[in-house]
Amino acid sequence: MSATEFFQNVVNALQWGSFYALIALGYSMVYGVLLLFNFAHGDIFMVGAYIGFFVATAFLALFASGVGIITLPSWAILVLVILATMFLTSFVGMAVERIGYRPLRHAPRASAAITGLMIGIIFETSILAMFGAQRMKFPELLPGLASASQPTFGGVIISWQKILIVGVALVLMLLLQWFVSNTKWGMAMRAMAFDFAAVPLMGVPLNRIAALTFALGSALAGAAAVLYSMAYPVLDPYMGITVGWKAFVAAILGGRGSIKGAALAGFLLGFIEIFAATVFPSTYRDLIAYSIILIILVFRPHGMFGEEHTARLRL
Amino acid sequence: MLKRVLVVMVLLGALALLLAACGGGGPDTIKIGINAPLTGDIPKVGEGTKYAAEMWLEDNPELEVGGKKYKVELVIEDNESKAESAAKANTKLITQDEVLVIVGPQSSKQAVPAGGVANDLKTPMISPWSTNPKTTKDRPWVFRTPFLDPFQGPVLAKFATEEFGAEKAAVLYDVASDYPKGLAEYFKKAWEEIHGPGSVVAFESFTTKDTDFSAQLTKIKNSGADVLFLPQYYNEVALIVPQARQLGWDKPILGSDSWGSAELTKLCGEPCYGSFFSTHYVAKGAKGATKEFIDRYQAKYGYVPDDVAALTWDAMNIVKKAIQDCGKITGDIEKDRQCVRDAMANIKEFEGITGKMSFNEQGDPIKCAVIVRINDQGEFEFYKQVCPEGMQ
Repeated sequence: MSATEFFQNVVNALQWGSFYALIALGYSMVYGVLLLFNFAHGDIFMVGAYIGFFVATAFLALFASGVGIITLPSWAILVLVILATMFLTSFVGMAVERIGYRPLRHAPRASAAITGLMIGIIFETSILAMFGAQRMKFPELLPGLASASQPTFGGVIISWQKILIVGVALVLMLLLQWFVSNTKWGMAMRAMAFDFAAVPLMGVPLNRIAALTFALGSALAGAAAVLYSMAYPVLDPYMGITVGWKAFVAAILGGRGSIKGAALAGFLLGFIEIFAATVFPSTYRDLIAYSIILIILVFRPHGMFGEEHTARLRL
Repeated sequence: MLKRVLVVMVLLGALALLLAACGGGGPDTIKIGINAPLTGDIPKVGEGTKYAAEMWLEDNPELEVGGKKYKVELVIEDNESKAESAAKANTKLITQDEVLVIVGPQSSKQAVPAGGVANDLKTPMISPWSTNPKTTKDRPWVFRTPFLDPFQGPVLAKFATEEFGAEKAAVLYDVASDYPKGLAEYFKKAWEEIHGPGSVVAFESFTTKDTDFSAQLTKIKNSGADVLFLPQYYNEVALIVPQARQLGWDKPILGSDSWGSAELTKLCGEPCYGSFFSTHYVAKGAKGATKEFIDRYQAKYGYVPDDVAALTWDAMNIVKKAIQDCGKITGDIEKDRQCVRDAMANIKEFEGITGKMSFNEQGDPIKCAVIVRINDQGEFEFYKQVCPEGMQ
């Protein structure tokens, strides 16, 4: 492998890892606070992509130059699309929590896990029923981004799209870090993670914190969905399954409940997958990538930043 | 409690009504099964199949066999574009719906396993679109209407050599699907026959549902290949080609007949313009019966039919010819299936809207292929016709 090829793949892996990291954060936060794997998370991501599709189509019709009522520059439209999609997707997450998980809060853990799987299937099939099996093409939010001259660095094509994706992902992760460590709500989430029997007795509202946790995780999934759809603009109702499962692997690899762990493990997973396909025949990519992860987990069964006796939410 | 019992009873009643409505048939009916991917990865293919079959039914609501008129009924089953579901759909069509003959499935991924079921249960099946040799190989009950991949692979290899002056080729294909895998291998073999061993400098793969191909494409870009061959379905092409362009691949990209969907340029957009692929027919500039079919389909459904629709139309007409050649319907389904199979095997030549076909002992047609260029408006434009030796 030449140096150019190596660095090109580092750039590729950063983009691919961003999606895993953003989605893995949702799994890890929910587990950290509620000790629950939200298996509907991959499908919340998929619903986010569809929400993004409609938000983007609507905003382009309203604000794009030449057609809209008010003309906004395309970067402003992009920011609005990401924010609106995050906002709307967070409601999907809260609805899942309210309808699917809250009634089962004191039921066995397995029941809640199965509920998540079922909600996922309900999402997939309702999207299929509403929009048909026809693939949808995500609209181009930044026209000319792909055809503009791309920044290159010694033969490595970095591309504006990759800079945008990795940049937005990092900004969102820093915001999350700030929220959890510096705000009252973040503190309440961390407190709940300690003991969700005793902390509500201190006047912290359990249901509201649970809803908030789901809202934050889903908003990140919504942002990931918009970025993902910009890079891979073909939407289908099953697009969340594989990505969701792999991000779940990243959440475990990072250590349950660890925000830093989920983010780093997401990027690590991206690197392992890309380099497995580069070094070995690409046919064996997932076989090799996930064998490596299995080996890591054998030596660190609680994940990279996991702790032995607890999975509470931490930075 | 009473309320729940009531709800369950109402639901059961509704189900019973639904099932009763699905029945029908009878001795004066000929049932034709359609096994198509209505949902799943390639729904546009399923839609084209269904529309073409329904349009055919309009023309042939009744078939006259041996002086007696029979009502024709289509039984359409969805195979979700999955191999298991296609085999299951065939079993259901054969054992439960008792169809006389099956048209479909379309892609080789489904047609190879489903063909096995049809052959084992002794029911004639004709796949309109499957190009992998395994579909009909050693299966006397299975037929098809398109050309085969051992023909398509060399056609493309020769085209790229002559047209682009390419010497080294790269291939990216889905290793988990029969059609791309088979075609990738035929292409590689043909290419190495022309340019010598090792001239396919990158032979990269992925698995179905993958969306990121950056690692494989980076390898391909650095391999020094002159042309990239992508034997993939249109939904994957729309992901791969833009990524390749973004990673700086500015050399020609070549595709196969699975590219030929009206959806391709809608999903892929500008990055796909200027690429070439081989297919069965071209709508633009068609003449005669082919044009008639295209105009009618477009007026009825609002878009130009894909190759799948045209091939399905041909398959339906081959079925019609076989049933009429058979000469009589006895009502004994096993005997009738045997009779239709024998009649179908006896068709030596057929003039379809996708060209003239002559069938060999294996039940495979020998016919010409067309190379299409995607022009700058995103339309499929006739570029060149390539025929097997000794055929025009």
